[in-house]
Amino acid sequence: MKTITYWKAINEALDEMMEKDPSVFVMGEDVAIYGGAYGVTRGLYEKYGEERIRDTAISEAAIVGAGIGSAMTGMRPVVEIMYVDFMGIAMDQLNNQAAKVRYMFGGKTTVPLVIRTEGGAGRTLGAHHSQSLESWFIHIPGIKVVMPSTPYDAKGLLKESILDNNPVVYIEHKMLYGTKGEVPEEDYTIPLGKADVKRKGKDITIVAYSRSLLRSLDAAKELEKEGIDVEVVDPRTLLPLDIGTISDSVKKTHRVLVVSEDCKTGGTGAEIGMQIMENCFDYLDAPVVRLAGADVPMPKSPVLEKLAIPDKDDIIKKVKEILG
Amino acid sequence: MSDIKITKDEAVFYLKQMMQIRQFEDKIMDLLGQNVAEGGSHLYAGEEAIAVGAMAAIKKDDLITSTHRGHGHCVAKGGELPVLMAEILGKQTGCCKGKGGSLHLADVSTGNLGANGVVGGGFGIAAGAGLTLKMKKTGQVVLCFFGDGAINQGIFHESANMAGKWKLPVVYICENNMYGMSVSVERASAVTDLGKRAAAYDIPSETVDGMDVLAVREAVDKWVDYSRGGKGPSMVVCNTYRYYGHSRSDPRAYRTREEEKEWRDRDCIKVFGRKCVDNKILTQKQVDGIEKEVAGEIEAAVKFAVDSPYPAPEELFEDLYS
Ligand SMILES: Cc1ncc(C[n+]2csc(CCOP(=O)(O)OP(=O)(O)O)c2C)c(N)n1
Ligand SMILES: [Mg+2]
Repeated sequence: MKTITYWKAINEALDEMMEKDPSVFVMGEDVAIYGGAYGVTRGLYEKYGEERIRDTAISEAAIVGAGIGSAMTGMRPVVEIMYVDFMGIAMDQLNNQAAKVRYMFGGKTTVPLVIRTEGGAGRTLGAHHSQSLESWFIHIPGIKVVMPSTPYDAKGLLKESILDNNPVVYIEHKMLYGTKGEVPEEDYTIPLGKADVKRKGKDITIVAYSRSLLRSLDAAKELEKEGIDVEVVDPRTLLPLDIGTISDSVKKTHRVLVVSEDCKTGGTGAEIGMQIMENCFDYLDAPVVRLAGADVPMPKSPVLEKLAIPDKDDIIKKVKEILG
Repeated sequence: MSDIKITKDEAVFYLKQMMQIRQFEDKIMDLLGQNVAEGGSHLYAGEEAIAVGAMAAIKKDDLITSTHRGHGHCVAKGGELPVLMAEILGKQTGCCKGKGGSLHLADVSTGNLGANGVVGGGFGIAAGAGLTLKMKKTGQVVLCFFGDGAINQGIFHESANMAGKWKLPVVYICENNMYGMSVSVERASAVTDLGKRAAAYDIPSETVDGMDVLAVREAVDKWVDYSRGGKGPSMVVCNTYRYYGHSRSDPRAYRTREEEKEWRDRDCIKVFGRKCVDNKILTQKQVDGIEKEVAGEIEAAVKFAVDSPYPAPEELFEDLYS
C-alpha cells in the first residue's frame, strides 16, 4: 500500500487506463496545459499530448454531446465538466441522449462514457459553484452515478467506470482533493453498485457518501467516547444503489441516519430512506432520519455556507436525538 | 502626442473610475492572500477601460448584464465601493446581503442584472431584458458583457439569433482578453475574429482597442445609438488583457511574461493619465491627487467591509421567494 491524495488517485486511474487502452481519452475545459481547474489531470498532457488530452472551448453541451458520439463509435471518452453546477448546460445531452440511446434503439448501441465532475460546498464560492446535484442524476435510468469519498475508492471506482459500457457520472468533491488515504500498489478496481461498510458498529447506522462520509466518521469517533457505537456505510455508487448492504446494516442496528450535502427536498436522502423503508421497515426501532443541505441556493457568506450543510456536530446531535 | 478632446470633468471621472476598479482589485488580491477574503475572485485589473468607456456611453437607466469577472462593471455602473467590498467578504451590509459574493456581485438597483458564475449565463437574460425594453418601448438599451470564451456557449448563438430576428436593443460587449482561463482564443475557437460570430446573425460589429477608454466610449456610443434607434443588436469587440492569473493559484503557464509585459506597458490608466497631462487637461499633480483620493476610498471601503457583521443565521432562508 502507498498513501496518496484523492486527486492523485483519480489522476493515476486516468493514467493507468490511458496507458492500457488507446481508445481512452480525456477532454474538457482546461484539462491540458492547466491540468484541470482542481489539478486532477496534471502531467497527463505532457505524457499523452493534445490528441488524447484535449482542451475544449467553453461548451458543456458539446463536451458531453461529443463524448456520447465518440463513445457510440468506438472510443472510451472521459470528459470533464469543471463544476457539477454547469451540468445544467449539458443536461439534455446526458438525459435524452446518453441515458436513452441504448434502450431506445433496442440495445444495439453502447455509450461507454465517463463524465467526471466535481461538486459540493466548502470554498464559499456561492450558488453557482457549490451545488450537490446528484439527485438530478439518480432520477435518470440508463446511467450510473458514482461519488467516491476516499482515494482508494476514487481510484478503483474510476477505473471501473471507464471499463463500464454505460454512461457514468462520476462526481468528486472539491474539499476532498487534498485528503489522503491508502491505495494498493497493484492494479485493482471496485465494482459499481457495491457499498462499503467504512466503520463497524451496533447502535445505529449512518449512511453517507462523499465529504459527508468523512464527517460521519469523525462524528462516529467522537460518539464512541460517549459509548455510542456507530456503523457507517458508504454507498459509493448512488445508482445503482446497494440497498442490500445498507439493509443488512440497518437490520443489525435497527436505527438509521442518512447524511448528505444536497438539498433535502427530493434529495438522495429521500430515495435512500424510502428504500430502507421498503426493505427493512420491520427491523426499525426508530423512524428513518435524514440530515441534508438546506433547501436554498448555496449562499456565499462563510457563516451561512457552514449552516447550509450538515457538519460533524449536526451529525452527533442527530444521532443522540435518534438514540433518545 | 495624441490629441484627445474631452472636458476636465470627463477626464477626472474616467480616470477616477478606472483607478477605483484597479485599486479595488489589487486590494482584493491582498485580502485573498491574507485570508480576509475567502473563496475565489476573478479580477478585472487590466480591463478597466472597457467597463468605464462602455458605461460612459449609456444613460443611468440603461441596463447591463455582467460576468464572472464583474467587479469593474459594478463600479462603473454606479455601485458603491463599501457595499461591493462588504459583499465580497460575505457580509450582511453587502449589496447582495452576503449571499452573492464576488462571483455574483451585482447591485441590481443600479441597473445591473447580475454577474454570473456560469460563463454565458447572461446572454439569455440580456435578450429577455431587451425584449422588455422593446415591448414597453422604453428607449433603453442593454449592454451584454461577456468574454471571448463565453462566445462558444450555445446560448450565445441562440440568443444572438433571437435578438437579431426581433431587433432587440442589445449591445454585445465582448471583452476579448485572449484567453478563457488557460485556453487561448486560437486554441478554443474555429473563428478567431469574434466579430464574425455576430455577422452570422446579421449583427454588425466593430473591434476596438479595449485599453483605450475613449475608443471604447466612442464605439459603444455609436452602437448604442444604432441599437436604441430600433435597428437591432450590435457588437463591440474590445481587445484587452487580464493582468492577474485566472485565480490566485494560476501559474499562468499558458502565456509568456513578455506578453504580459507588453500589455502592461499599454496600461489603460497610465496611458490615459499621460494623455490627459500631455493635452493639458489635467496636471500630473491632479492625476496623483486622484490616485491618492481613491486609495483613501478603498481603505474606507475595506474598513467598512471588515467591520460589518456577517448575516444572522435566520437569513439563510430569507429572500428565496417573494
Ligand atoms: C458554464 C461554465 N463553464 C466553465 C466555467 C469555469 N470558468 C470560469 S471563467 C472561465 C473562463 C471564461 O473565459 P472568458 O469568457 O473569456 O472570460 P474571462 O475569464 O477571460 O474574462 C471558465 C472556463 C464557468 N464558470 N461556467
Ligand atoms: Mg477571456
